[in-house]
Amino acid sequence: MSRDYDDRDSIFEVEEEIERGGRGGGGGGRGGPGGRRMHRRKICRFCIEKVDLIDFKDVKLLQSYIPERGKILPRRISGACATHQRMLSEAIKRARNIALLPYATD
Amino acid sequence: MATQRIYEVMFIVDTSVTDDDITRLNENLQQIIKDQGGSITKVENMGRRQLAYPIGRKTDGFYVLFEVEGTGREIAELERRMRVNDQVLRYITVRVDEDRQRAEKFKAKRARKATRRASRGSTASSSRREAKETSSASEE
Repeated sequence: MSRDYDDRDSIFEVEEEIERGGRGGGGGGRGGPGGRRMHRRKICRFCIEKVDLIDFKDVKLLQSYIPERGKILPRRISGACATHQRMLSEAIKRARNIALLPYATD
Repeated sequence: MATQRIYEVMFIVDTSVTDDDITRLNENLQQIIKDQGGSITKVENMGRRQLAYPIGRKTDGFYVLFEVEGTGREIAELERRMRVNDQVLRYITVRVDEDRQRAEKFKAKRARKATRRASRGSTASSSRREAKETSSASEE
C-alpha cells in the first residue's frame, strides 16, 4: 500500500533537492542519524501560487494528486496545507462522482 | 424574493444517441430552467470523453456543463428530469457562489495586505531619504 506513495514521494523529493541546490543550501539532507529521515518542511504549492479555488473540472491538476492506485495523495507527501488539502479532496471526490477520475484502479 | 444562487450543473449524455438528440436534450433542459424562473449564464459542451470507470456498461460519454443562476427550484426540477431521462448517465450539481465569494474575499485580503506593505515600504524609504538629506545638509 505504501508502495504507490513511495515513488510519488521520490518525485517530490527530487524536486525539492533541485530547489535546495538552486538556493545553495547544505547538501545531503537525506538520512539523519540512526537512518531516520531528516525532516524537511514542505511548502504548500497552492499557497505559493495563491490558489483560492480548486475546481473539480480541472482534471489535469487533480490527476497529479492521485497516484496509480487512485487514492488521494496524503498531506504528508504532497505538503499541502490543511485548507488546500480539504479543497483538493473535495474536488477529487466531486470529479470521481462524475467519472472524471476513477474511484479505484489496479 | 428568495436569494439568488449560482450553481454548476454537469451531466453526462449517452454517446449512442445522435448529436441532434444531444442538442435537443440540451435545449429542453435549458427551457426547463427558464420555465422555473432560473437563468443560464454559461453553457459549455466539453465534448466526448472517456469515462474514468464504466457507468451502466458505457465507457464514454458526452459532457455538458451549465452554469445556472436561480433560487434552487429550477435545480430540483432539472435534477428530476435528468433522473427520469435515460440519455443522461449521471449529473452533479455544485453550488459555487459561496466558494467564489470566499475566494474573492481572500483575494481582496491579499490585495489589501500588499498595498499596505507597499505603502509602508515607500514611507519607510522616503523617511530614510529625508534623514539622509538632513544629515547631508548639516554637513554643509
